[in-house]
Amino acid sequence: MADQSHKSQGYWRLVWRQFKQRKLALASVVLLAVLCFIGLIAPFLAGEVPIYLEKDGKSYLLPNVFSYTDLVSFSFDGWEPGPDDTAIRPLIPYAPERSNLRHRLEPPSAEHWLGTDDRGRDVMSRIIWGTRISMTVGVVAMGIAVLIGVIAGSLAGYYGGAVDATILRIIEVVLCFPTFILILSLIAFLDPSIYNIMIAIGLTRWPDVARLVRGEFLKLRSADFTTAARATGLSDMRVMFRHLLPNALAPVLVAATFGVAGAILTESALSFLGFGVPPPTASWGEILKQSKENVEFAYWLVIFPGIAIFMTVTAFNLAGEGLRDAMDPRLRQ
Amino acid sequence: MTHSDEPILQVKNLKTYFKTDQGLAKAVDDVSFSLSAGTTLSVVGESGCGKSVTALSVMGLVPQPPGVKAGGQILFEGRDLRAMPERQLRAIRGNDISMIFQEPMTSMNPVFRVGHQLSAAIRLHRGLNKVDARKESIRLLAQVGIPAPERRVDDYPHQMSGGMLQRAMIAMALACDPKVLIADEPTTALDVTIQAQILELLRELQAERGMAILLITHDLGVVAENADEVVVMYAGKKVEHAPVADLFRAPRHPYTLGLFASLPSMQKAREKLYVIKGNVPAATQFPVGCRFHNRCPYAQPRCVEEAPPYDTLADAPAHGVSCWEYKNIPAHGPDTLVNTGASDLHE
Repeated sequence: MADQSHKSQGYWRLVWRQFKQRKLALASVVLLAVLCFIGLIAPFLAGEVPIYLEKDGKSYLLPNVFSYTDLVSFSFDGWEPGPDDTAIRPLIPYAPERSNLRHRLEPPSAEHWLGTDDRGRDVMSRIIWGTRISMTVGVVAMGIAVLIGVIAGSLAGYYGGAVDATILRIIEVVLCFPTFILILSLIAFLDPSIYNIMIAIGLTRWPDVARLVRGEFLKLRSADFTTAARATGLSDMRVMFRHLLPNALAPVLVAATFGVAGAILTESALSFLGFGVPPPTASWGEILKQSKENVEFAYWLVIFPGIAIFMTVTAFNLAGEGLRDAMDPRLRQ
Repeated sequence: MTHSDEPILQVKNLKTYFKTDQGLAKAVDDVSFSLSAGTTLSVVGESGCGKSVTALSVMGLVPQPPGVKAGGQILFEGRDLRAMPERQLRAIRGNDISMIFQEPMTSMNPVFRVGHQLSAAIRLHRGLNKVDARKESIRLLAQVGIPAPERRVDDYPHQMSGGMLQRAMIAMALACDPKVLIADEPTTALDVTIQAQILELLRELQAERGMAILLITHDLGVVAENADEVVVMYAGKKVEHAPVADLFRAPRHPYTLGLFASLPSMQKAREKLYVIKGNVPAATQFPVGCRFHNRCPYAQPRCVEEAPPYDTLADAPAHGVSCWEYKNIPAHGPDTLVNTGASDLHE
C-alpha cells in the first residue's frame, strides 16, 4: 500500500521552511499580523462607544460594532454611566475624531497615554485607527499595481513584438513622470478620498511589477513546458495565466511586499502634506502634519506616529527581504 | 481501428521559414510526406536539419514571428491545418494530434502536480469533472507503466525520474486517444535502458490504439526498430524517403550513406568511424544548388549550380531521393548496412 513517508513537497512549503529560519523576517511577519489584527479590532481598542452597555434597563451587546435604533441619536460624548447603568468601554475610551479643546496638546499622561493633538484628540486612539488606513491603503494600492502590472507584463513578455514595444513605451512614459507630483496632481483633480489615494498610488506603481513579470515571461515563453502546454490545445490566455504566471509569481510577491511599504510611506507623505485621507479620519501622516506647527515642544506628535510608520515600513521591507532570500535557491540552507 | 490506405496526415510541400537578422532561414523547405493510421514514419537527420520545426509546424506551434508559413499544406483527415483559424486548431491539438517532447524534465510545468496537469488536459478535451479526470489520470499513468499511480499522481515533476516523466508525458499525450502522435526525439534525454522501455511502450500503445506516429529522431537504431517509413532530412530539405527496409538495404543519397557509414559496427570494430566532413550550415546560409554539395564526396559541378529534383527510383516507386548523382554512386553492400544500422546498435 501507499508508503506514508512519500510526501509530496510543494514549492511554497519549501519556501516557508526557508523563511522560518530567518528570524528577523519571521518576527516582521508576526508584527505585521499583529498590526493587521489591531486594525481589525480597532473599535474594541479605542473609542467612546462601549463594548457592552446596560442603560435605562436595556442591555446592548457590542454597540460599538452594531447600531441600535435607541442609541442612534445618543451621544456618548462626555457620558458617564449612571448608578443603574453598566458600560464596558474599550481600552482607550476616546474616539479618534473626538476633539476636546480643553485638553489640547497635552503631553503623554495616565489619561492620554500618547498625549493629545492640537484639537485635543487622543493620539493613541488615532494611531490605532490609523493602522486601518495605512494597512488598507498599502495593500489595496499595491494590489491595484500588481493587477495592472501582471496583465501588462504578461502580455508584453508572452507576445513580444509590437505588443511588447507598445507596453514598454507606456511603461517608460509612466516612469518619466515624477511619481509624487503625479499623485499630487491626480489627487488635486479628484477629491482626496481614501479610494482615490489607493488608485493614484496603484496607477503609479505598476510599471515596476510589469517589467518584472515581462522579464519572467520572456524567459518562460520559450520553456519546453510552454510549448507542451500549447500542444495540449490550451488557449494563449490559459497558458499565460494558468501555466506561466504561477512560475513568475515569486518575484512579484517579493516586489509587492516592498511595494506595500512604499505605498504606506507615500500615503503618510500625502497626509502630511494635507493631500491624504480627508480629516477628521485618523492617519499616521495626518498626526505628523500637526506636529509641524508645534515641533519645538510636542515631541509626542512626532515620535509616536513616526514609530508606527517606521515599524510598519521596516517590517514590510524585512519580510520582503526574507521572502526574496527564501525563494532564492542559491541561498538555501 | 481502420487501416485504410487513405493517409490520416498529409504534409504537402511544407515550407516554414524564419525571419532573422541574418536573413531568411529556410528551416523547412518543400517537405512532403504522408502518414497512415497504425504506422510510424520517422524523420531523421543531424541537429539543425529542420526535423523539430517540421514537427512544430504540424502542430501549428511555430512561433510567429519570427516564423513564417511560407507555403504548403498540412492535411489532417482532409482538412488543412495551416489554413485553419487558431480556435479550431486548438480543438485538434492535444485531442486528435498530440505531441511528446525531447526533454521530459522541462516539459512539465514545475509548479503543478503531475496529476493536475494530466487532469487539466483530460478535462479540457473530454469535459470530465474533477473526480473522474483524476481517476482517468491514474488509469493512464497505470497504462504507461508507472508503479503506484494512485500515489504518483500527486507528485511534482521534480520528484519523478526522467523516464517516469516521459511516461507521464506519454500518458498526457494519450489522454484523448489521439489519431496522430508526434514524438520529437522522445528518448534522446533518457539513458539507454529507459530508451528501450519507452520505445517499447510506444509500440505497444500503437498496436493497441492504431494511432499513427511521427517519430523525429537522429538515432538510426531507433528508426530501424520502430519506423515503417523513413524521411531523411538535410538542411531543411527532404533528401531521401523510403520504406525502412529499403532504406537500410540500399540507401541512395550520399548524406544517408554518410549517416550509415558513421555508425559503429561489429565488423569494423576498432576502425576509426566515418565522419561526414563539415557541419550543417546555418539555416540562413544554405548553399545554392544541392544543399549538401559542399560536404558531399560525390559532388559534381552541376550540384553546385542547380538544386536536384526529388526523384523516385525506377525499381522501387516508394523510394525517392533528391540527388543528381545517385545513379553513379556505388551502393553499399546490403549486409553491412543492415548490420551496422539495425542490430549492432542495440547491444
